[in-house]
Amino acid sequence: MNVAALSLSASPGLPLAQAPIASHFAVPGMRCAGCIGKIERGLGAVPGIASARVNLSAKRVAVSHASTLDADEILEELRKLGFEAERAADNPLARGAEGEMGGETKRLMRALAVAGFGMMNIMLFSVSIWSGADVITREMFHWLSALIAIPVVAYSGRPFFASALMALRHRRTNMDVPISIGVLLATGMSLYETLTGGKHAYFDGAVMLLFFLLAGRALDAMMRGCARSGIAALLGRMGRGAQVVQDGGGARYVEAERLAPGMVMLVAAGEALAADGEIIEGRTSIDASMLTGESEARAAQSGDIVHAGMINLGNPVRVRVTAAAQDTAIADIARLMDEAGQSRSRYVRVADRAARLYAPAVHTLAFLSFCGWILAGAGAYHALTIAAAVLIITCPCALGLAVPAAQVVAAGALMKRGLLIKDGSALERLAEADEVLLDKTGTLTLGEPRPASLKALGPRWRAIALGLAQASRHPLSRGLARALREDGTEPAPIEGISETAGTGMSGRVDGVDVALLRPEAETAGLAVDLLVGGFRTRIAFADPLRPDVRETLAALNAQGLRAAIVSGDRVEAVGVVARDLGLFAAAGMNPADKLALLERRAAMGRKVLMVGDGLNDGPALAGAHVSIAPGGASDVSQQAADAVFVGAALMPVALAVQTARATMRVVRQNFAMALVYNVLAVPLAISGYVTPLVAALAMSGSSVLVVGNSLRLAGAAQPGSGKDAA
Amino acid sequence: MTILGFLIPLALVMGLAGLYFFFWASRTGQFEDLDGAANRILIDEDGEG
Repeated sequence: MNVAALSLSASPGLPLAQAPIASHFAVPGMRCAGCIGKIERGLGAVPGIASARVNLSAKRVAVSHASTLDADEILEELRKLGFEAERAADNPLARGAEGEMGGETKRLMRALAVAGFGMMNIMLFSVSIWSGADVITREMFHWLSALIAIPVVAYSGRPFFASALMALRHRRTNMDVPISIGVLLATGMSLYETLTGGKHAYFDGAVMLLFFLLAGRALDAMMRGCARSGIAALLGRMGRGAQVVQDGGGARYVEAERLAPGMVMLVAAGEALAADGEIIEGRTSIDASMLTGESEARAAQSGDIVHAGMINLGNPVRVRVTAAAQDTAIADIARLMDEAGQSRSRYVRVADRAARLYAPAVHTLAFLSFCGWILAGAGAYHALTIAAAVLIITCPCALGLAVPAAQVVAAGALMKRGLLIKDGSALERLAEADEVLLDKTGTLTLGEPRPASLKALGPRWRAIALGLAQASRHPLSRGLARALREDGTEPAPIEGISETAGTGMSGRVDGVDVALLRPEAETAGLAVDLLVGGFRTRIAFADPLRPDVRETLAALNAQGLRAAIVSGDRVEAVGVVARDLGLFAAAGMNPADKLALLERRAAMGRKVLMVGDGLNDGPALAGAHVSIAPGGASDVSQQAADAVFVGAALMPVALAVQTARATMRVVRQNFAMALVYNVLAVPLAISGYVTPLVAALAMSGSSVLVVGNSLRLAGAAQPGSGKDAA
Repeated sequence: MTILGFLIPLALVMGLAGLYFFFWASRTGQFEDLDGAANRILIDEDGEG
């Protein structure tokens, strides 16, 4: 990305002799032109920053800055501008997303552009040939078509040829085998026809076929790229690194991979631990819900062992690293996930299943017509022309579009509803799900502390509480602020606001001292005290159920998916939720237990949809037939899951199943249409009536029909529209 | 029909020019941020965004 050259805002204060460093930040909160202007202008005005360039699609900012400025200072500047930001994730999925956009999609788009260019120009010649050009003109046009078609086929056909070769090398067949044979045979025959001054050349058919199929492939790749970059923007709240105390007394940010045993990490409130360790200073409460599923935070103090992935809810603590990177508790979960993920790679996509039946049928048909015409006394060349016509006419143009077109439209509809599907295979597996297992903490519940009740607070107190809470990044403050904002509270202006780490926020309103403090005495659950003047009110926190859990479960039930809870939390905590929702539940499950349960269900022939968020759900998410994770889930879970939903509502899960089923109905209709078209066209081809004109018309006609049918899915992701979508 | 000798090369050259510009645009990152480009025209350059 050419950051410096495109920059709108250059700061004059930067010494030119120093080479600027480029850093990237993820800013999920950017939405509009105002945000772009604010960030680029705001960062541009900071001394030491040469330029800032926002990428709104990727929700990223590229900053070019002097080496004197470090990433934390820039994050702080972004926070002052009002944007929560993270170091741009250097994680596998984010890299995959960029690779996807930069690599596969771009390659397919280039191939598509070349095929489009070739198709239009060859069609220009073909139309004049069809309208009756005389022999000399026709021969010249055939030569020109050949000159365009051969490089175009060689360039644009590569994705298909490569995949077909790969399949043949593994002694399998996929959709690309009949495509490649058809295209190559058509080009070869047409070349022979051109050399011998024949009447019919199929260059336009071959190139058009490539164009339509590439359009399907490019759509497919774009859908995956889109979802992946969306998920990558959500990633990265987990401890990817830590502030490590230096010898001189200062602290420096160290990436998780570079942490080594013996280092001392400073872990601020609200931060996740990046490595396993032992607390050496400070008392706090630790949220282990990501790691174990336990909903209740527990107290931790000097001498206690804490693990990577746990979140510090209370005060800043110092932790001496005992195990980092490959040796942490998380790494064990990752190993389990690797093993669990293997079963999924055996799944065969619907298009490839169709190809297993289709390819042999088509090839047999072409071979039989070749033999038939030879027996009927035609010359070998004439019989070969007929066989080529059969292959071209049956070449799965509509079939190649049938699946991606439907899936792209459905994925787009779901994306508007807040569900990001990683690829088409996920939609196919989602449609087959007949049972759903839900994690409790963070999946059925919001997974973040919210005030249990705001009834005790009057309007003025609420305004003060919001004013104080919104100035802090502490998880309890953030939960309180969000709940109050949803309630319609306007923050009160607070003077001299200050945050004391480990204690709370304080300030003044109209000359009265106000504060939001941690209770002095140890409390059973999480709580804060709101002080106004001399009065003190306690606000207790709980992890509430998502607002539409009941509706979602009813919707899933209506689609025939029985739900059950699998949780790592204690039996009592799970029991309350299970009784409340009327679900079967298994409590106290560790990651291996969850995976074993899934394997038992799979052995019984059930296709399980797993919905979970924690690190402890990772192996289950990777091992399930299909899986969905909430946007607040751990990075690992979001990478393991097939889809991610954002927001507080659980309904996208039910909508996803409904839409996936509607998509499969449309895919089947598309297949049926392609079949009907073949049944009509093949006898024509076998009897030798298919001219290049007929082939071109049939091909484009069936493709348009299939795409049109798929577009009906645009409205499929509406609650309750499952029946009329097909 | 001699006009064809001029028109066909012209059509091909124009098509190739379009293709070249597409390759150029995709190589230089013109498609990296489509949402951003759509929104940027709304930024008031001299105002306080």
